[in-house]
Amino acid sequence: MTAPPPDDCLARNDWICGDYLSTRRQILLDATGQHIQLTVISVALGLVIAVPLALLARRRRWTVGPVLGITTVVYTIPSLAMFSLLLPVYGLSATLVVVGLALYSLTLLVRNILAGLDGVPAEAKEAARGMGYGPMRQLLTVELPLAVPAAMAGLRIATVSAVALTTVGAIVGYGGLGNLIYAGMNSFFKAQVLTASVLCVIIAIVFDLLLLGAERLLTPWRRAGRKARVQNRVTAGVKRLVTASGRRA
Amino acid sequence: MNTLSAVGAWLTTAANWSGENGVWHRLEQHLVLTFSCLVISALIALPVALTLGHLGRGGALAVNLANIGRAVPTFAVLVLLLLTPIGRYGQWPTIIALVLFAIPPLLTNAYVGMREVDQNVVRAARGMGMTGTQLVWRVEVPLAFPLILTGIRIAAVQLVATATLAALVGGGGLGRIITAGFNLASTPQVVAGAVLVAVFALLMEAAFELAQRCAPDWARGRIR
Repeated sequence: MTAPPPDDCLARNDWICGDYLSTRRQILLDATGQHIQLTVISVALGLVIAVPLALLARRRRWTVGPVLGITTVVYTIPSLAMFSLLLPVYGLSATLVVVGLALYSLTLLVRNILAGLDGVPAEAKEAARGMGYGPMRQLLTVELPLAVPAAMAGLRIATVSAVALTTVGAIVGYGGLGNLIYAGMNSFFKAQVLTASVLCVIIAIVFDLLLLGAERLLTPWRRAGRKARVQNRVTAGVKRLVTASGRRA
Repeated sequence: MNTLSAVGAWLTTAANWSGENGVWHRLEQHLVLTFSCLVISALIALPVALTLGHLGRGGALAVNLANIGRAVPTFAVLVLLLLTPIGRYGQWPTIIALVLFAIPPLLTNAYVGMREVDQNVVRAARGMGMTGTQLVWRVEVPLAFPLILTGIRIAAVQLVATATLAALVGGGGLGRIITAGFNLASTPQVVAGAVLVAVFALLMEAAFELAQRCAPDWARGRIR
């Protein structure tokens, strides 16, 4: 005689299951860790490439067209295709996912950093020059700080999209929580799919809030006179979306 | 170099283009899926956006929809829908997920377009005795048209990308060539499929670019 199957939520294959959380804790933690790692490294890589690229595009105006053109073309390629196109170069590796995601974040970052630098008021630059600032000092202490809000807007969008896109990395086995979603789909394991999906969204929200906090810390001068801006916030937010409402899938 | 020639060989093999799993059939599925979802999402999003834009309400809704859309992984939504009872109805999980993700760009762009219309023009039109409906169709929509079109373009390109992901959950479309390649451990097929998908996405973008360039001035926002 065999024992009757245990009547718990795992056996019933419920969507929400506490037992799943306790028994698969390590798996969830590992996947979350991998997810965060892939996201952070790829966005950081994108940032490291985007800043010099944006500075170059500003210094040599003729490079703006090609730089924006190429990054836009890259952004158009679907993620599944992107990861697959990089396959012969990097093989089935985490590097493949990181490079693919970094390429996507590049578009958003270059565009926003450029917009931020272009938006620096001419008076601020003149004042800096009048105070005897050299080009390098002017760039580091005046222009880059003033470009932070626009650049951070791009960074936030890039990070949130990267968190969502990492899941597609499951196709090559490096998708963080996406791996759990992929495996859960094949075994019809509802709790695993839902838990991993919710964790993805939570990670995205946490990153967004962290970057929002970092932006506040980096731009203390904006806190003065914030009240006047609050009303314009929603409108400004909507306007920004027009240029950035495309998301990757 | 070896991989490149293998990819070329895959793409030039006639057998890979015909039949149930061939490129032509997958391309047709991809096209049908993309366009039917574009039509459905436009039918849902545009009336709402035009109404809200005309009334000047719903800015927060537009912003939040776009933000939420970005944070939710498409792949997760596809799998979640597949595992719900909807999953038993063939293409429906894919169609619902695609429509869900195409709505935010359509909605935000059309809404912003309506809001960006010069308020002096709106007041002048009202002064001339136009009714609300006339105002929408004869003043606001024509002036908002470039942004509405941009929204449609973003949604279309995004749909091409999302339709590729449908292959991961067993849907049709060009993505299937890639996933089949993975299952066969055939790198040439994976890369060939990726090339096809990328070219298709770029062609979609280029078609809209071309259409916008050739469009009459009013559709490009030249008259302001």
